[in-house]
Amino acid sequence: MSPTARPDLAAGATAAPQALIQVEALDKLYRSRFGAPTEALKQINFDVADGEFVTIVGPSGCGKSTLLKILTGTLGKTSGRIAMRGREIDGPSRELGIVFQAPVLLPWRTILDNVMLPIEIHRRDRPQFEERARALLKLVGLQDFAAKYPRELSGGMQQRVGICRALVHDPALLLMDEPFGALDAMTREQMNIELLRIWSENRKTVILVTHSIPEAVFLADRVIVMSPRPGRIAEIIRVDLPRPRALTMINSSDFGRYVEVIRAHFSAAGGID
Amino acid sequence: MRSEQRSEPSVKTAPRLRLATRMRERPEVPLAIALFIVIVGGWELIVRLANIPPIIVPAPSSVLLSLIDSLQSPRFLADLGITFFETMAGFALGAASGLILGALIGQFPLLERTLYPYVVAFQTIPKVAVAPIIVIWFGYGVSSKVVITATIAFFPVLANTIVGLRATPADQLELLLAYTADRWQVFWKVKVYQALPYIFVGLDVAIVLSIIGAIVGEFVGSQAGLGYLIMQRNFSMDMAGTFSILVVLSIMGMVLHAGVQFVQRKVVYWMEPTHDWTMGA
Repeated sequence: MSPTARPDLAAGATAAPQALIQVEALDKLYRSRFGAPTEALKQINFDVADGEFVTIVGPSGCGKSTLLKILTGTLGKTSGRIAMRGREIDGPSRELGIVFQAPVLLPWRTILDNVMLPIEIHRRDRPQFEERARALLKLVGLQDFAAKYPRELSGGMQQRVGICRALVHDPALLLMDEPFGALDAMTREQMNIELLRIWSENRKTVILVTHSIPEAVFLADRVIVMSPRPGRIAEIIRVDLPRPRALTMINSSDFGRYVEVIRAHFSAAGGID
Repeated sequence: MRSEQRSEPSVKTAPRLRLATRMRERPEVPLAIALFIVIVGGWELIVRLANIPPIIVPAPSSVLLSLIDSLQSPRFLADLGITFFETMAGFALGAASGLILGALIGQFPLLERTLYPYVVAFQTIPKVAVAPIIVIWFGYGVSSKVVITATIAFFPVLANTIVGLRATPADQLELLLAYTADRWQVFWKVKVYQALPYIFVGLDVAIVLSIIGAIVGEFVGSQAGLGYLIMQRNFSMDMAGTFSILVVLSIMGMVLHAGVQFVQRKVVYWMEPTHDWTMGA
């Protein structure tokens, strides 16, 4: 935390005034039958502005996936407040698009029908959204695979389908839980580029959890750095690298400084990426 | 089919060579045929050489002759038709009940806790022991056999439906819930599909058991059907005739089993067919 070692990074604790998401004093306790309850998350506070790309990075066990599950509404919080556009949200919302660590495509559905799943669940007008689904598949280069089944696609292609599914109902917020963690390094870099392209075309607000520091820096407007036991926000860092971002930036000294600052948190906590 | 595609270069070679290729690719086929020849031939040989009386063990050749004879008799075909109908109707009734109750139990945990002890108690009663009661209740005709068959076909379908409805991976449930699916959307969009392979295992076991149900019902009290005919032929010491009915019943079982497998491949189109191990149940 010594200021001398730090480059002049802008403090990033607060987002722009028109926050889409506000998380205030969020706590999560896991009660176990034996022994004391585990504090998975303690005093989580952050805002996300409309159209912003925020990444959450931290070592395993820092509660970053727990935080995302609470945001998706599939896991209850212990205390605190989560609000979207000022209205408190508690439980799953139609305003969310979610991409999981695994693609989680339903094997009996065609690619198009997998993308259309949220539309079906929300009981919305199918023909209208089918056009959008096809446009999204085209955006990720899978327009020729609409009638195929998931097992005919590679892991990277399946994860692209997962992203289309998360965007088909035009959600306000896209939540991504280590979406590229299962992919090989080359595919992963490609997917990062592609995600930024999709993001720039749709201007969605994105919260993405990752355990890769370079990925967190490369994608983000701001990086939320978490530390474990209990899961807390160690620092929120604004990334002022120019957009659109290119892979060559990873080798720049600016990029390296951001990575270094984040990594310092982990070595201090004894956790390794 | 796939193996033929792979051996494409040998298409133009002599048929003898193609046969050799096929035998190398599926060595179990010639082995199974050889085994059949050895067993049936050995059986025939022993019966003839040892001069075993046909009322104890008939020679395969006399079983075959009796079978050909039977298949030309309208009476036999009528009996076959009755047993087949009892098997299918009982299977349909039992499987449908198993499916519906299984779905209800799978969907309402309270119902499971309430009903399951009774279901297990019902299953522990040997159906053969209940068969005489059912014959008294439903008469000597076809309906009592259908009911007996249904009680036997019921449980494997029920149990597999319950297990199958629980087999949905946690990440798929989370996906549906996160996208605001309600309980019945989760059921129809995911759980049913995940349960289908299990349900087919249950149906496969049930259809083979259904033949047993029909025959047992006919043993207990009937005026027609292959079970009735077995009793009759046994009584008149027609051993070859009894054996020929066993052959017919076995073929019926294999055809029905293959039918279930065929439907499964059509319905569960997204899965590789499971290996054929369900017969053991």
